[in-house]
Amino acid sequence: MRFATITSPHTERPNSVTWTMLWVLIALIPGTIAMTWYFGWGTLINIVFASVVAVTSEALVLKMRGRNPIPEIKDLSAVVTAVLFALAVPPLLPWWLTVIGMVFAIIVVKQLYGGIGYNPFNPAMAAYVLLLVSYPIPMTSWVPPEMLNQHALSFSQTLTLIFTGSLPAGLTWDALSMATPLDVMRTQLDLNFTLGEIKNSPLWGDFGGLGWEWVGNWYLLGGLLLLYKRIISWHIPVAMIGALVVIAMLFHIIDQDAHPFALFHVFSGGTILGAFFIATDPVSACTTKKGQLIYGASIGVLIYIIRTWGGYPDAVAFSVLLLNMAAPTIDYYTQPRVFGHERSSHD
Amino acid sequence: MADTGYSKLIKDGLWSNNQALVALLGLCPLLAVTNTAINGLGLGIATTLVLTLSNVTVSLIRNLVRPEVRLPVFVLVIASFVTAVELSMNAWFYGLYKVLGIFIPLIVTNCAIIGRAEAFASKNNLFRSAIDGLAMGAGFTFALVALGSLREIVGMGTLLSQAHLMFGEGARGLTLTLGEDFNGMLLAILPPGAFLGLGFMIALKNVIDGRAASRKVKVVLAEAQTS
Repeated sequence: MRFATITSPHTERPNSVTWTMLWVLIALIPGTIAMTWYFGWGTLINIVFASVVAVTSEALVLKMRGRNPIPEIKDLSAVVTAVLFALAVPPLLPWWLTVIGMVFAIIVVKQLYGGIGYNPFNPAMAAYVLLLVSYPIPMTSWVPPEMLNQHALSFSQTLTLIFTGSLPAGLTWDALSMATPLDVMRTQLDLNFTLGEIKNSPLWGDFGGLGWEWVGNWYLLGGLLLLYKRIISWHIPVAMIGALVVIAMLFHIIDQDAHPFALFHVFSGGTILGAFFIATDPVSACTTKKGQLIYGASIGVLIYIIRTWGGYPDAVAFSVLLLNMAAPTIDYYTQPRVFGHERSSHD
Repeated sequence: MADTGYSKLIKDGLWSNNQALVALLGLCPLLAVTNTAINGLGLGIATTLVLTLSNVTVSLIRNLVRPEVRLPVFVLVIASFVTAVELSMNAWFYGLYKVLGIFIPLIVTNCAIIGRAEAFASKNNLFRSAIDGLAMGAGFTFALVALGSLREIVGMGTLLSQAHLMFGEGARGLTLTLGEDFNGMLLAILPPGAFLGLGFMIALKNVIDGRAASRKVKVVLAEAQTS
């Protein structure tokens, strides 16, 4: 009689791409609910619509490449891209911008480079940057958080606005939209207001903008779940947020009136979402542990630099893309020494 | 080069050895000035002029110049023609001259020109060099205009805007507009748009070539089976 011989590892878990992506999606649920709670139905509509467009584009392009589209669609990576994109863009984004973004993300950034596992850039962030550079006005028109919003839209009103562009009777875009807290902070600082004066507005919560900071907290919860499930390691998020806090603290101490408190930067914009869900993308990030620390810290520093002195109010997408480019080089110089071998040749 | 036919020279220049799409030479002007079709056409014609004249001159002096000093001599020849073209544009196409700006003098550094001088004109007779210069220049112009049109349509929703810079005031009406409320995709006008557009053009050319090659294989196979 023969026994089946199996090579190690002998304990197994369903650690497939589908499994990983499923957990990422589950971890995004608290943040998604918080976004919907504070900013209305638009986020949910965007998530569903972006997912449909992303999966359709992926199926189309895989057919064109002469492959069976089913396995790559089943791995859910296109859905994760779509959800991350939909969480990053303003909730009332017109539908055709979502289409452009998703088609670009899936077809150009992902499939033209060879599909899942081969894309040098994070597809969701590349799409976000494409739209931000091409259509700055719709991409920066956010809605006010729920507690400041006097014209909360119903589900059907939101749906109509996104897909037909027609506003509910008696409302204008200006009444519905508002600049993000990061945007407000920058504009006011540029006008030489001090932080104390800026913070007098009802826009602000404890650390960041009202509503925004809580969305950040719920993303953090999802991120901790990913850490607990060992889907991501702690290196990138900790290095990224740590570097951002250190450099922001430094400038805050030097000039308290002109540089916001460090936690403002952590709980504003896309920092938390970026640290746990975007910078940790296993394909486009660094793979060595030392490299991940450098990679994360560089993103944190770049976020601060671009937010403070750059041309755009938020910087997570730009910083992640820039470091995506640097990731192979960082990996090359941080390869760990194989036990029993001399230091590698390029040292 | 086994085939000495002129048709091959022309086909090389326009398609199979296109300086922009295959050799990837002269990318600096190709990427920088192609935000409209007219800019592309203007720089393309200027480059073609310089390329043809420099090919002719280099071919004429190819037996006089010692190999040790040939590159400086070629550069001198090219620079002289570029200066002449620049001054002429300044005189007769002032609007276009102002739009293209620094990229007219920069034709000197266009690798496609010194590349043809070194690789072709210094080894071939006058007439062949002239044909080569014209064909290569036309191919380069074609790539510039195609990329310029692509970026202009996607980025601004127009085609042939500012045509008066090139063809005089009467050409203002040539401008095509795609629709009143077309929101241009700003990225296409910005530098990344040039890289993306060029990438798509090269991909398209490779697809066409691949289709043609597979068709040829099929024809050969079919002939082999029937005979």
